Amino acid sequence: MATTERSFVDNVWDFFCSLKLTLFLLFSMALTSIIGTILPQGNLPPEYIASISPSKLQIYTKLGFFDMYHSWWFIALLYIFCVNLISCSIKRLPHVFKFVSQPTLVLPDSMRNISLKSELAFSGPVDKAQSRLTEFLGNEFSTPVVTEHNGEIHLFSQKASWSRLGVYVVHFSILVIFVGSIIGSLYGYKGFVNIVEGTSINAVGGRNGNPIPLGFEVRCEKFSVEFYETGAPKEFKSLLTVLENGRPVPGYSNVKVIVNDPLSYKGITFYQSSYGQASEGGDHFITVAPRGGGAPDKIAMREGTSIGLKDGSTLKLMETTQEVRQFAPGFTGPAARVELSRPGSAPQIFIVFKDFPDVNAKRGDSLIFGYEGTNAKMYTGLQVAKDPGVWTVWLGCALMVIGLGIAFFMSHKRIWVVISHGHARIYGNVNKNQTPFGMKFEEMSEKFKQIKI
Amino acid sequence: MSSSMLFNVTTFAYMISTVVFFAFLASKNKTIGSVASFVAYAGLIVQTVAIGLRWKESYDMGVGHAPMSNLYESIVFFTWTIVLILAYIDFRYKYRVVGAFVVPFSLLGMAWAQLGMNTGIEPLVPALQSNWLLYHVITCFLGYAAFAVACGVSIMYLIKAAVEGDDASKPAGGMMSMFPPIKVLDDLSYRAIMIGFPLLTLGIITGAAWANYAWGTYWSWDPKETWSLITWFVYAAYLHARITRGWVGKRAAWLAVIGFAATLFCYLGVNLFLSGLHSYGNSKM
Ligand code: HEM
Repeated sequence: MATTERSFVDNVWDFFCSLKLTLFLLFSMALTSIIGTILPQGNLPPEYIASISPSKLQIYTKLGFFDMYHSWWFIALLYIFCVNLISCSIKRLPHVFKFVSQPTLVLPDSMRNISLKSELAFSGPVDKAQSRLTEFLGNEFSTPVVTEHNGEIHLFSQKASWSRLGVYVVHFSILVIFVGSIIGSLYGYKGFVNIVEGTSINAVGGRNGNPIPLGFEVRCEKFSVEFYETGAPKEFKSLLTVLENGRPVPGYSNVKVIVNDPLSYKGITFYQSSYGQASEGGDHFITVAPRGGGAPDKIAMREGTSIGLKDGSTLKLMETTQEVRQFAPGFTGPAARVELSRPGSAPQIFIVFKDFPDVNAKRGDSLIFGYEGTNAKMYTGLQVAKDPGVWTVWLGCALMVIGLGIAFFMSHKRIWVVISHGHARIYGNVNKNQTPFGMKFEEMSEKFKQIKI
Repeated sequence: MSSSMLFNVTTFAYMISTVVFFAFLASKNKTIGSVASFVAYAGLIVQTVAIGLRWKESYDMGVGHAPMSNLYESIVFFTWTIVLILAYIDFRYKYRVVGAFVVPFSLLGMAWAQLGMNTGIEPLVPALQSNWLLYHVITCFLGYAAFAVACGVSIMYLIKAAVEGDDASKPAGGMMSMFPPIKVLDDLSYRAIMIGFPLLTLGIITGAAWANYAWGTYWSWDPKETWSLITWFVYAAYLHARITRGWVGKRAAWLAVIGFAATLFCYLGVNLFLSGLHSYGNSKM
């Protein structure tokens, strides 16, 4: 009974230590991850829901395919992966530590047929050979440890024995990154907030729409967009001020926030993300001048509204933009799209510009329209994030890069010199990257053979 | 002289090099092999100058940025890194013939870029205005290039292993005699992946650092990120598969080919078939 229980535990342990499991997990995670790059994730767009059959939708939802990377089975894969990593390290580390802490000072007979070796015959006394060869190893490689064993003298020297730990640094770093991401998901949040110019907020919207209080206020002083000649956007810029108890915090007034240059305060970071025109309270100013001359009328109206003009026609303000370039190549600045309807003729739709009065006038008509801009405010859309785990993640990343460097580009090199009466033999061994060490060893053994004792 | 002219010269050089490499395969004449390599490296130098010149031209146009900001520029850069990594492997391990299976990748890339794409210098959209772009792109593409070399070498391995059949004691004759022994090919592929894996890791990390700096999340499972992770998993599997017995040789070679297919999908497929934050030039901010 006891033995079968023991062997069951053994089997489980072996299962979690096995590299087969590692390969299975790596391939499973690689393959299943593809699902989430093909199917939409998070909130499904209505067009998508309309495009697939209800039964499929139900199955996919059940399987967690629409939030795949947080589904129970994907998380389970990640946890098994960690368990695999930890048990494998526990199993192997003692063996590796032995290499580091208990070097093979005496070359065992079983290792004497390794490929890197060479021999020196001498006629002098053994202790002279010992001191001469100790000096040689010290100069050419590294200072050896001397051991006497079965009438032979063994000189052992090594380099970078700790490099055998590089792989474990890599493995450990993966766990550190996991810990960092867990800290972030437990104690951090992601949010979003729109701030209208001149106003301030003290809470942001979280993932599920609940407001998250900040503990301070953020005011948007101004938002602006700059464009390239081609009409492509060049810069989205918000000027933000942080307020505590209603007063600006020194050093946090009118901070420029652009894409790729966020604002951080008390561990909370604000990222430029979107913008728009505040829907409330914006009047647009349209001028109407008779072509024959005379003072123009200035009309204030809102987007989407219509107004009757003196000559009996109706003007509708369809939409406006503060930068027309994307819509009308070759033009810049604010513009409005209007619809002019006269009784008995088809309505005309055209654009009036703020900065191109000549173009406005060119429209052959008895009335000349102009656009004077708006008093509507812009709002800036900010992504808000707090992530106390991020430095742990970076620590893990640094460890991983260092570990990979050690694992791939450094090797544990060992050299033994075994001295007995009349001859000495040199042996070399390296745990990886054979070729460069082999070359170095050949060079050394040439010199070794020339030593006169 | 303009960069676009030099890029045409580069494409031409890679084409000549590929043709001469094929002549080398057919003739087994060492001199021809050296000419093929020489032409490829001449192309590399011209391309280096061209990339530098394009960089300068962008500053002259007043939209100065490193030439790695759209699909065209990234393909050009990718082909450059491929030949660069090839040169490194060639000088270190001295197997000329590897070029015959690697330079064609660069030729295809350059030909596609020069013939099929808009080559104009574009100003940077706000999302790309960051030094992280440079670190991220350079590390990623050096990694991709090392994987391209590993893939080329693994294809050589698979061809040679197929010709030799199961009887490894009898090395194949003819064209195959020029290929390095299959053990060497296996080892070269492993070495190329040992270069590529840390670089891809750095590429993913710099990408995450940039995303965190620009958007406040180092990881958002966007398709490009996910595919880079998939690629990383495949190569991690490759490295571990080699440790367990039975996974050197053919299976490892197939894994290197699959890994490169995943790399290519990560680089191009995601942009062409899937949507996300990384679609060059499409992002609003
Ligand atoms: C994606 C995550 C992983 C990465 C990036 C990684 C990385 C590495 C690297 C770079 C090496 C050195 C390979 C070489 O020298 O060719 C290695 C070796 C190894 N890995 Fe991993 N590893 C990962 C996951 C795992 C897991 C989950 C296990 C669990 C058993 C594991 C077990 C091993 C073992 C046993 C070795 C050989 C160590 C030795 O040679 O002494 N690895 N790993």
